[in-house]
Amino acid sequence: MKLTELTIAEARRLLAGREISAVELTRAFLERIEAVDSKVKSYLLVTPELALAQAEAADRRRRSDGHSSSPLLGIPLALKDVLCTRGTRTTCGSRILESFVPPFDATVVARLREAGAVFLGKTNMDEFAMGSSTENSAYFPTRNPWDLDRVPGGSSGGSGAAVAADLCVAALGSDTGGSVRLPASFCGLVGIKPTYGRVSRFGLVAYGSSLDQIGPMTKTVADAAVLLEAIAGYDPLDSTSIDQPVPQYRELLSGDLKGLRIGVPKEYFVEGMQAGVAATVRAGIDQLADLGASVGDATLPHTKYAVAAYYIIAPAEASANLARYDGVKYGLSCGGVDIWEHFARTRQTGFGEEVKRRIMLGTYALSAGYYDAYYLQAEKARTLIRSDFERAFEQFDVLVTPTYPTVAFGLGEKADDPLAMYLGDICTLPANIAGIPGIAVPCGLVDGLPVGLQILGRWLDEPTLLRVAHAFEQVSGWNARRPPELVSERK
Amino acid sequence: MKLAPTEVEHVALLARLGITSSEVERFSEQLGAVLQHMDTLGELRQVEILPTSSATTLKTVMRRDEARPSLPISEVLANAPQSEDGYFRVPVVLEHGAEGATGSEDAS
Repeated sequence: MKLTELTIAEARRLLAGREISAVELTRAFLERIEAVDSKVKSYLLVTPELALAQAEAADRRRRSDGHSSSPLLGIPLALKDVLCTRGTRTTCGSRILESFVPPFDATVVARLREAGAVFLGKTNMDEFAMGSSTENSAYFPTRNPWDLDRVPGGSSGGSGAAVAADLCVAALGSDTGGSVRLPASFCGLVGIKPTYGRVSRFGLVAYGSSLDQIGPMTKTVADAAVLLEAIAGYDPLDSTSIDQPVPQYRELLSGDLKGLRIGVPKEYFVEGMQAGVAATVRAGIDQLADLGASVGDATLPHTKYAVAAYYIIAPAEASANLARYDGVKYGLSCGGVDIWEHFARTRQTGFGEEVKRRIMLGTYALSAGYYDAYYLQAEKARTLIRSDFERAFEQFDVLVTPTYPTVAFGLGEKADDPLAMYLGDICTLPANIAGIPGIAVPCGLVDGLPVGLQILGRWLDEPTLLRVAHAFEQVSGWNARRPPELVSERK
Repeated sequence: MKLAPTEVEHVALLARLGITSSEVERFSEQLGAVLQHMDTLGELRQVEILPTSSATTLKTVMRRDEARPSLPISEVLANAPQSEDGYFRVPVVLEHGAEGATGSEDAS
């Protein structure tokens, strides 16, 4: 087995047994990134000196810490470029932050540093996390390792592609409307959007502050549990952070599914959905039933408002969050005859098309005369979507749905139709709107491309999600599938 | 449905976004199409329900009013496009006097 194919659990065993060193493991990834990432384009910035310094420190620490080492000590990870990393350029996939070097770490980054993880670099993303394909990156699109002419999903497409192409052991992404779960599913990975407030957003460059969460993207459910445990927890620097202890997720994976009540909401099997995707997800649900769970039909009648609600709320919040990009304190600065021209030119030049579109949409929805028509109604929809889930969770323990209506689409295929792109997010948006947790796990292939199954749970019920996902993974075997070899010549 | 060009320009002004005439045209159509989809929310106008502004149940989280160490000024200004004497330098905000460009400190 190649070093770059190891999971966190496998790497930890080899590191603990002194069979490999963190430096060797890190070098293996740096070499593979060098050989292969020109085809995948998952990284915006590779940080070899930082990575090797961290790896050396991890090896020294293991010699003194021994068996008490954190499970992430010496493990090479990739970080979505939306996370502030002190002293390391952070662009959010935008030209307006092309030169920005944060003077502080995001809380999750600080926690991973403390745990002794190794940072291989910052991954590509849709600009300011706005997108579902990573095509909105101001730098270049990332390609899906399963088919290089297809998108990896977004907005955490760089992280997804990096994990799927063995260019890191695991990665962090962020999820505002599906941006961890969708690329996880397009790339055949496990991805978690935690309960809102479970993971600190301090240092996560804000897009939709009432929706954003940071989540792991990994090869296995066990790996996701380890990474989630490391980053979760109360943070006084994030006033929306939940002050409740973090369960030992990695110890809570086993257990059968007897008595588990699974609901399947019909509204998520949308019209126009790719037939193979629906069938593959339903086959996955049957496998869960075979494991002892009971499966029933659920209904979440206000799902039909989710796209409209999200594409009002998120852009509205973004219009406020992105007001800070003014070329005064950091980033691109275009100047002008006065400050007003300076703002207009800086933001016109620095922001890409999708970002402008969403800022405009959000500004419009919040402006005088339109606030009641759009924003207020969207917030009502939010209440209704949330109570749909509360009602469903009286009857069921988890809800299982597809992650996306299709498998990965071709690069450029949806470029001219923003609305079509937005409508695809129907399966993932509601969890962000309601603040409940969700996990995506691979459940099969259609035309050689991965299909993801999404499991949604009650507020703070990550343990049940992990247990169900882990049980599914053991029988489905889909996490063992790899994309075709990338190193050989491809046209 | 299309947004009127004047509306698009007005929104761009509110958002401090410079915008070209071809962008006005393009956004006028695209935003119009997206907003048309939002019309489904109109069904909720008659629904009597409290809006939810957040996914969290937390309210007005406070902390003790204690001074804590902050970033040193040098780090704060490290990314500044223009700075002087510990301040961020910006183009003129308000003109002084009616005689034209007096005291202008543009950032070119």
